[in-house]
Amino acid sequence: MLRTVLIYVVIIALAMIFIPIARENMEKQDLSDLSKEYVKNSIDKLETQNVVTSVVVTYRGLDTLGEVTVLFLATSGVGFLINRRKKRKSKIRQASEILNTGSFFIFPIIVLFGVYVFVHGHLTPGGGFQGGVLIASAFVLMMLVNNNSDLNHLVLESIEAISGFSYVIIAALGLILLGSFLDPTFLPMGKLGMLFSAGAIPLIYSFVGLKVGAELTNIIDSLRNESTESEEVTK
Amino acid sequence: MINLAIIIMGILMIIAAIYAFRTEKLINSIIASGVISLIVSVIFLILAAPDVAMTEASIGSALTTIVFLYALVKIKAKLNGGDDA
Repeated sequence: MLRTVLIYVVIIALAMIFIPIARENMEKQDLSDLSKEYVKNSIDKLETQNVVTSVVVTYRGLDTLGEVTVLFLATSGVGFLINRRKKRKSKIRQASEILNTGSFFIFPIIVLFGVYVFVHGHLTPGGGFQGGVLIASAFVLMMLVNNNSDLNHLVLESIEAISGFSYVIIAALGLILLGSFLDPTFLPMGKLGMLFSAGAIPLIYSFVGLKVGAELTNIIDSLRNESTESEEVTK
Repeated sequence: MINLAIIIMGILMIIAAIYAFRTEKLINSIIASGVISLIVSVIFLILAAPDVAMTEASIGSALTTIVFLYALVKIKAKLNGGDDA
């Protein structure tokens, strides 16, 4: 009883922290000087319709490279800790007919939407990370349908390695050709709002999307094998 | 109008969060935490951050829930295996 009361007290105290933030939260009516500069340059110089993308890929590009590295390290950690033995047939119940038919219908649509999101990262909301996560969720759906399916980890790891390497190569090309790391303007800039525009930004986002999708699929497949295997051992 | 929607969704989130730690079954609390992420992603969409909403909907409510479910399968296998006898 006392324990429950204490839990609620702690939760309410934590909620109190947010009250002053909520009270001071006003919608800003005008941009700050830095934001004005970003918005102006992303339209004029980078020909990028989506200002968020121009900030994430070029102005804060080093942060994105760091994030991708963090994901890579997480995947390597999971792969290192969970050993992949030969998987035997698990005793988990097979998926129902409805899930089976429905997911085979919806799987290509989700993958296509993921590809659309990362290819159009410079035009519409979203980008490499979002597209990659969508693709990974499509593959997770297929894992749920087919319990005994085996993913080819060699293919996943090669996609991940090649796209990560290409990202760094593109970043270094900016350094060599234009003198600044991760400068995407060495490719033709095109026109604002076209698919082939904004220099190397669509290329970078495609590689990030492939990399994130392969990594997350890899992590979830490793965890799945671990869980079904242990069940096999104990039964 | 929009403010009212956000307040209603916030109350729903609080209810789901309290349910998640009050319920007896682990699977119910996993699903409740997935519901919280789903509501958060709708709020992000209303607040004009569609890219964050996309990430939250797919990572928070899909992938994390699946990983928790696999962990639950593993825990149940351990408990049924007779290690605790």
